[in-house]
Amino acid sequence: MINSVEASAQQRRRNLLDRIATGVIATGGIWVILIIVLLFFYLLAVVAPIFKSASMEPLAHYSIPAPERGSTVYLAVEESKQLSVRVTGSGAFLFFGLTSGEVTDTHLLDLPTDVTIDSIVSADIDGRFLNAKLSDGSVIILQVGYRVTFEGEQRVLKPSISFPYGEEPFTIELDGDVTHRDLVVGEESVVVVFSDASSRQVSVASYEVEEGDELADPDLWSSFEAPFDIDYQFVDGQGRWLYLANRSGQVVLYDLSDVEEPELVANTVILENGAKVVEMKLLLGGSSLLVGDQFGNIYQFSITRDLNNQYGLANYRQFELDSSVQIILPEERRKGFIAISDDGQLSVFHTTAEQELLSIKLVATDSNSLIKPVHSTYSPRSDTFMVQSAGGIFVYEIDNHHPEISWSALWNEVWYEGYEEAEYIWQSSSADNDFEPKFSLIPISFGTLKAAFYAMIFATPLAIFGAIFTAYFMAPQMRAWVKPSIEIMEALPTVILGFLAGLWLAPLVEDNLLAVVSVLLIMPFELILFAWIWHILPVSITQRIPDGWQAAVLIPVIILCVWLAFALAPMMELMFFGGDIQTWMRETLGINYDQRNSLVVGLAMGLAVIPTIFSITEDAIFSVPKHLTQGSLALGATPWQTLTKVVILTASPGIFSAVMIGLGRAVGETMIVLMATGNTPVMDFSVFQGMRTLSANIAVELPESEVDSSHYRILFLAALVLFAVTFFFNTIAEVVRQNLRKKYGNL
Amino acid sequence: MSITGRKTESSLLHWWKSGSPMVWVNAGAVSICLIMVFGLLGLIAARGGGHFWPKDILSIEYKNNDGTITRIVGEWIDTDVISKLRYEESTGETLPPDVRDVERWMVKVGNRDQSGADFQWVSKFKIQQVGQPEQVVAVERTEWGTLFGELKSLSESGAAIKPVGDLWLEFEARLDRTIELRDAIRRLEKKEIGRVNYQLEKLRLERRSLELDKQDSAENLKAIAEKEAQQQQTYKVIQGKLASLNQQIERDTAEFEIVNNGTLQRVELPLSVIIKAIKPNLMGSAEKLLEYFVNLYHFFVDDPREANTEGGIFPAIFGTIMMVLLMTVMVTPFGVIAAVYLREYAKQGPMIRMIRIAVNNLAGVPSIVYGVFGLGFFVYFLGGNIDDLFFGAAKPAPTLGTPGIMWAALTLAIMTVPVVIVSTEEGLTRIPRSIREGSLALGATRFETLRKVILPMASPSIMTGVILAIARAAGEVAPLMLVGVVKLAPDLPMDGNFPFIHLERKFMHLGFHIYDVGFQSPNVEVARPLVYATSFLLVLVIIFLNLAVILMRNRLRERYRSMEN
Repeated sequence: MINSVEASAQQRRRNLLDRIATGVIATGGIWVILIIVLLFFYLLAVVAPIFKSASMEPLAHYSIPAPERGSTVYLAVEESKQLSVRVTGSGAFLFFGLTSGEVTDTHLLDLPTDVTIDSIVSADIDGRFLNAKLSDGSVIILQVGYRVTFEGEQRVLKPSISFPYGEEPFTIELDGDVTHRDLVVGEESVVVVFSDASSRQVSVASYEVEEGDELADPDLWSSFEAPFDIDYQFVDGQGRWLYLANRSGQVVLYDLSDVEEPELVANTVILENGAKVVEMKLLLGGSSLLVGDQFGNIYQFSITRDLNNQYGLANYRQFELDSSVQIILPEERRKGFIAISDDGQLSVFHTTAEQELLSIKLVATDSNSLIKPVHSTYSPRSDTFMVQSAGGIFVYEIDNHHPEISWSALWNEVWYEGYEEAEYIWQSSSADNDFEPKFSLIPISFGTLKAAFYAMIFATPLAIFGAIFTAYFMAPQMRAWVKPSIEIMEALPTVILGFLAGLWLAPLVEDNLLAVVSVLLIMPFELILFAWIWHILPVSITQRIPDGWQAAVLIPVIILCVWLAFALAPMMELMFFGGDIQTWMRETLGINYDQRNSLVVGLAMGLAVIPTIFSITEDAIFSVPKHLTQGSLALGATPWQTLTKVVILTASPGIFSAVMIGLGRAVGETMIVLMATGNTPVMDFSVFQGMRTLSANIAVELPESEVDSSHYRILFLAALVLFAVTFFFNTIAEVVRQNLRKKYGNL
Repeated sequence: MSITGRKTESSLLHWWKSGSPMVWVNAGAVSICLIMVFGLLGLIAARGGGHFWPKDILSIEYKNNDGTITRIVGEWIDTDVISKLRYEESTGETLPPDVRDVERWMVKVGNRDQSGADFQWVSKFKIQQVGQPEQVVAVERTEWGTLFGELKSLSESGAAIKPVGDLWLEFEARLDRTIELRDAIRRLEKKEIGRVNYQLEKLRLERRSLELDKQDSAENLKAIAEKEAQQQQTYKVIQGKLASLNQQIERDTAEFEIVNNGTLQRVELPLSVIIKAIKPNLMGSAEKLLEYFVNLYHFFVDDPREANTEGGIFPAIFGTIMMVLLMTVMVTPFGVIAAVYLREYAKQGPMIRMIRIAVNNLAGVPSIVYGVFGLGFFVYFLGGNIDDLFFGAAKPAPTLGTPGIMWAALTLAIMTVPVVIVSTEEGLTRIPRSIREGSLALGATRFETLRKVILPMASPSIMTGVILAIARAAGEVAPLMLVGVVKLAPDLPMDGNFPFIHLERKFMHLGFHIYDVGFQSPNVEVARPLVYATSFLLVLVIIFLNLAVILMRNRLRERYRSMEN
């Protein structure tokens, strides 16, 4: 007898357990599903920032610090955005808090009497050295350093000023007044260019120096006359190119590779229709000029080299402001810039991506009046913009993390600096700081499709024909082991296929190219020929092999054919291709042969895809209701007619979905393409050339990519594209299959 | 389908129209698939399995272009045939017009330290004589690959010794002693010193976290310093032992006569660098078979040497198994719970149908995408945050914010969870409704029905799903390259130091080993047999797992059929 109290207690315990279990299973199940969904949204979340445009928020506004020291000649924001510096003509370096505007340190430059600073500009690519132009026509190289100390928990920066190339200002000989003075501190030498606007005299000098050396006498020196009055002068960060320009838009380009004999390589008029140059700056890297005219157009002119090695300046692209360009501020580490127009429009542009990221009116938020910039500066990380006007100093925070990526930069042809024309290029990284990253996804998407295409044209016929035979004609005893044997290949690790493709198949194909190609092309005809021989053979022989075992009969035949092809190929090569088919192809057809090429990838990846397509197709054909085929056969159709007119038509959605799933697998496959292609992102349809695919690209580059950089996010975008494409193919296949199942159900 | 009739023109047309040739073409497609499948497996088996068989060492004499004879000693590896044109292009020789192609032998001559290359190509037509010198020894060394040569003398501490009996027997005895010493040294270095280093690192972290928590009072620091001094003391003792062992192992030296670029040369080889020495030309088939299994054993249990191109693959096997086990532990409960929820608890409707399609399709999403997700979400996001919260002491070195075995297992678990869900759901669907209703009618709660009736019945399909997941995970490489696999891990993810299982460590993996050794190693030719052998092992494991699935499925089908009747 069960005690009823005990029983009900037990009952309660059971019910409680049941409820707990329900809760656990429901939450657990939903969580697992959520995590799977999270996969998609996480990829999306990482990718999303690259398509965000820039934003700009006012950070601070204060009156000009220490105005009694004189007017500003130079304004800069330090790397960590803690301090800023204002330099006055008298040589006072006033360091002040970026947000507070309070002067924390003051350093005075020891200038000769009656000499003031005209202006200060950057003197190298990394922004480490400054070129201070003095009023007596000399220059001096400065370095502003910041030492980090901690006062309690607080991080304090102690600025200091040093003279890495001596404390003495120096000058080079020039016939005339010095109006332009540029210098570039390169890796091995310091290149200096002085010129006089009106007498058109230019002097170039180069010093081979160590740090700490005084720049007294130049090692190499020359001077020449410019063809026009010099209004603008620029030297690139390597000290290789000298640009001279005037206001009406004429530019000459000198090659300073040999300082003693500067060579004029280009002389162009860049502006037309009465446009005048009102602002000109050098873009990061020094091979592009940004030219602003009075109509608000900003042009990017870049050095190009044509096939005859002739240099020229080409108009790469242009950007627009509402009215006359007043200021152009190039970024220090990216190919972007800020441009400000006369009527206070501020725009942030990026050249490679060819996009305007931001456009606002530069208005003081408190007074609502337009800010008229006197001095402005862009912080080294391009995240702070500081402008000095009559109303004081305004500081803005700029949120602009991925300007180099736009739809056009990813998917359109882009004219990169130094290239002759717009191209699709994937070249993500380089050792140089001023490198222009080339993020076109087209070459690698193309590579993905190319690899998938060659794999599919090899795999699809084999798998579908094979599946048709297995499901429809093959003897059941044979089918029982053929089907699992082929299906087991689906689980074969692709790294093994890739390894065999790269190290066994690729050299094999290279050595026996003719044999391999001829096997691929001639095999169907050989099969038909054999079928005919079989047909005319006496019945007494053919009857020994029961129906449905043709595939077994063919195995030795095919092996024989392949062996024959390999045995005969050298002779054929000797007879028709001069002994070596690759030499013949190269010399006669102009086709180059890569050892790891699309043919090898097609064969290897085809092998990986065959089981997938085979298995699904086989299922689809095998499950075609038997009464349909029996009806057709009973009406006198041959088995083949029944197959083509009834079975395949009924099963075609299943075959379609098999091909879709196979395609999805070929598109996403990583290891085979990683190992069996050269991984060069070239765009070439040739079957004898390699490629780089999206998946291989991720595998190669992601481990080295900096977290949250543009490169990192683009690789995530590549993953997202792969995800979306395969998910799309699979969904279509799945829906088609479900409909098919319903249809069979009705039959 | 063989239609027979009068062999006339019209019969040919008739034959063509009947579609019979197309049937043959279809049959051909199956045959080609089968040939490729079995050819591939055969190739891997032959090359991978053949690697361990001790090969005979040949002495080959060939004629040079100037008529002189050169002798080389080594193992035959491969034969290939190239066209005359390419031969002439690459060598600059001119062949007689009647020669069509050239057969070349690839011979492993070893002695890389002396000759600079492991392999030499010899054109078959130049070979004058091939012999099998009996006394030639194949010496496997810790560096510079194999040495082929004849043992000439032995010396102890620099002084030549006169062996009492056979020189070779004396050599083998002394080699055994050296090997024992080497094992002892390795044990000391790996286990004992590893333990001390581990403790010292832990103490360093302890001190750092005291500093961070502002608990670094003098007495706390003193306690740590004391422990450190203790460990340093242990370290010194081990160092002393090591020094003495290292001295002992350097005692013996053997002198070999080798053939280097055709000239005889004597080289001194300390026994301490010799791993194994055999005389294959004197071995019978039985001895070779024994040697084969010895080699196989060492392949499984040894650590890799010489940038992974020689030695064994134990860490890779260990890493693969451990990663897969971890993944199984994660994927099984979650996959089953999700499937049970979808099939038994959730309200069936268009939403669930959509989720089901999505889960189904996730199995077809490229594995590299999961790798990208794993790296971004698990490693950098989750791992980075966990580091900030719990492993501040180790900073700036990341603990979990860097790829490691736990993240790899988790990534693969996410990748394979659809497989388990789909398979489990399939099993659940097949259980007839009447069985559930019967259980409920007897008064069981839903959970009891699930636990006592449904899950036991569905367990074979759960197993099927898990095994499929394991097979997929064991062979997958692409995502692992992003989330934790390395070419050479200094420590196994499991050892004798508390807490014994180190989930943050990086690990080695069979599949990645194949990729790395086959494509990134400096000496691909030497490493190739090893890669084949590794591939063979991986293929065997995967085929075994899949066969298990197939068998299980067939049994299941029978069982459900009987249930339905």
